[in-house]
Amino acid sequence: MKIHIKNGRVIDPASNTDRVQDVFVAGSKVVALGDAPGNFLANRVIDATGLVVCPGLVDISARLREPGYEYRATLVSEMSAAVAGGVTSLACPPDTDPVLDEPGLVEMLKYRAKTMNKARVFPRGALTVGLKGEHITEMAELTEAGCVAFSQADTPIVNTEVLHHALQYAATFGFPVWLQPRDAFVGRKGVAHDGEVATRLGLTPIPVTSETIALATILQLARDTGARVHIARISSGAGLNMVRDARAHGLSVTCDVSINHLHLCDTDIGYFNPHCHLMPPLRSQSDREALRQGLADGSIDVLCSDHTPVDDDGKQVPFDEAEPGATGLELLLPLTLKWGSEMGLPLAKTLSRITADAARVLGVDHGRLVVGAAADLCLFDPEAWSRVSRENLLSQGKNTPFLGLELPGKVRYTLVDGNVVFEAKPNT
Amino acid sequence: MRNPQLNGHGELQHLLTIEGLPRDILLSILDTAAPFTEVAEREVKKIPLLRGKSVFNLFFENSTRTRTTFEIAAKRLSADVINLNINTSSTAKGESLLDTVDNLAAMHADMFVVRHASSGAPFLIAEHLARTGRDHIHVVNAGDGRHAHPTQGLLDMYTVRHYKKDFSNLVVAVVGDVLHSRVARSEIHALTTLGVPEVRVIAPKTLLPTEVERLGVRVFHDLKEGLKGVDVVMMLRLQNERMQGALLPSRQEYFKEFGLTQEKLDLAKPDAIVLHPGPMNRGVEIDSAVADGGRAVILPQVTFGIAVRMAVMSMLAGH
Repeated sequence: MKIHIKNGRVIDPASNTDRVQDVFVAGSKVVALGDAPGNFLANRVIDATGLVVCPGLVDISARLREPGYEYRATLVSEMSAAVAGGVTSLACPPDTDPVLDEPGLVEMLKYRAKTMNKARVFPRGALTVGLKGEHITEMAELTEAGCVAFSQADTPIVNTEVLHHALQYAATFGFPVWLQPRDAFVGRKGVAHDGEVATRLGLTPIPVTSETIALATILQLARDTGARVHIARISSGAGLNMVRDARAHGLSVTCDVSINHLHLCDTDIGYFNPHCHLMPPLRSQSDREALRQGLADGSIDVLCSDHTPVDDDGKQVPFDEAEPGATGLELLLPLTLKWGSEMGLPLAKTLSRITADAARVLGVDHGRLVVGAAADLCLFDPEAWSRVSRENLLSQGKNTPFLGLELPGKVRYTLVDGNVVFEAKPNT
Repeated sequence: MRNPQLNGHGELQHLLTIEGLPRDILLSILDTAAPFTEVAEREVKKIPLLRGKSVFNLFFENSTRTRTTFEIAAKRLSADVINLNINTSSTAKGESLLDTVDNLAAMHADMFVVRHASSGAPFLIAEHLARTGRDHIHVVNAGDGRHAHPTQGLLDMYTVRHYKKDFSNLVVAVVGDVLHSRVARSEIHALTTLGVPEVRVIAPKTLLPTEVERLGVRVFHDLKEGLKGVDVVMMLRLQNERMQGALLPSRQEYFKEFGLTQEKLDLAKPDAIVLHPGPMNRGVEIDSAVADGGRAVILPQVTFGIAVRMAVMSMLAGH
């Protein structure tokens, strides 16, 4: 299959490319930019006039809910949502049921995902068996089965000695470890940021110290063990400053933030909106501003969807009983564009946080649009706005605090390995 | 976003919280309550304002006193009252809150009086009724989590006005476990809305929520200091489980530092009154000598509570 993508605005953040030119795809690769290679006879020509042509998006954290939580979402529904959102590579956390702590489960997930011919799936394996924080997993075996990193999802390890050993063992092989900074005790029963909003609404609070205490431990152990640590879902300005300081002192840690925390804060809870029950919690307005700035200046490497589909029954309950999380695969691009334009950033820099930077942090060879690279592409109309609605979301999870919002950026085509895996219906 | 307790004309549709309600609505509830205090003294303690209406007391959390006062209030208004203690019935069988509400709505309920352990549960019910086109059913919050207990806040205001006449020159202290208290939150919002110039909270740091001063209160950690010159003392109940979880060392030490004794009360104004929402823990937050003494208005609070609840119910659903 040969595809000629005509007249699009080609943006490749990694090479700082931003110009209108043609892209030529043959087989699974990008074979030329600008002029057609000799003897190129396209089977298909895509007119990309007015569209941005960029590397397929890399979402470093999206829950697919399989195995175990098929009532919330299935691989079929979520992989369709991914490519509809322009996401061609995604990494999923190990908090399925059963937990991804055995090579067979990881192989099965990879196999099932591959047969769908949609986005690439990169599982993170469990750092400890059953995420219980007691025994470390067979990390080498799990890596062989396809895990790209190890994590505890959002379950903290209580025993710091176990965490220390887990990091030492991972460092032995150079395996990356992803940790969400959350103290096992402080704010354990909490459901909202410890501030004026939680005080007014009478919601059990989660103090910022839950994040900073855990970060202090993680950063200290990362320094001590030399493990490759990624800090997942930073939520506070204080936490971000700790990561900045650690980096300034030579520690090579990376970190990410979710689309929710980049755009919302605790006041958005309003009258107990259960869609704003998220983990970590939405923090204060000043925290949000710090995160937006941190992502712009590179202190935060990556923006992710933290896609967490929840069924209606999980949200149609009082705030504190609601399942935390929000759907996000299809909102990653629009909310990234919204942030970038509000911050006055060039489009290439904006997109870098969900392409090149995301691939770098994930340690995968994607997120670039250059000759010879796999033809994972996202073609989107930056001027088209659409309303977030239950009907428009392909994800089985319709749970998002952004319902009803008009957002920029409509994906028109998504290619993975040179195949068109998503094509928007005309006039949508 | 419109305040979910008000209808399109700005009138009270549900009573969910005092926060955000205009002063004139609070005052009109207190004014409406005044004549109802006399109903109890009649030979036939009934007026027909809610005749033919069905009031469902939906109590997802145990309460005898609040449920009883709502029941009496509804019955004095001639309503049919159905009491459901749901922690022992359907949710234990796995029925969701909104399924329960749908079932009872199908029985042609006119009003739900809701108590729930989760903050915001009555908002969820009101929103669900609105979304499903049944917002003719009124919701009264009878206490949700730590969030609000608006009828308690209102009856406390009725009591304060009864004894002090005017809100605009008072110093009021709210004493005790503000952190876990829906009563405290409702009292604070009511006092600040009604124009009380100085509202104090007095508690150890472990029993105060973060940024409580943003609610418009002065914070004291010393009971003696905080009581100086006070017109009204509003005591809060301290639940026994607060002794666990490292919030407090012991009942004895709490009583010594934060329990209201006659000696400490003497630091307040000579005509200061003492309120308590009940049930009291004598010897923990309040000394018996104060609870039974001449300054306590704790039993009148209970009597006024029925009139205030009659006022709320009749304003929401009355003929």
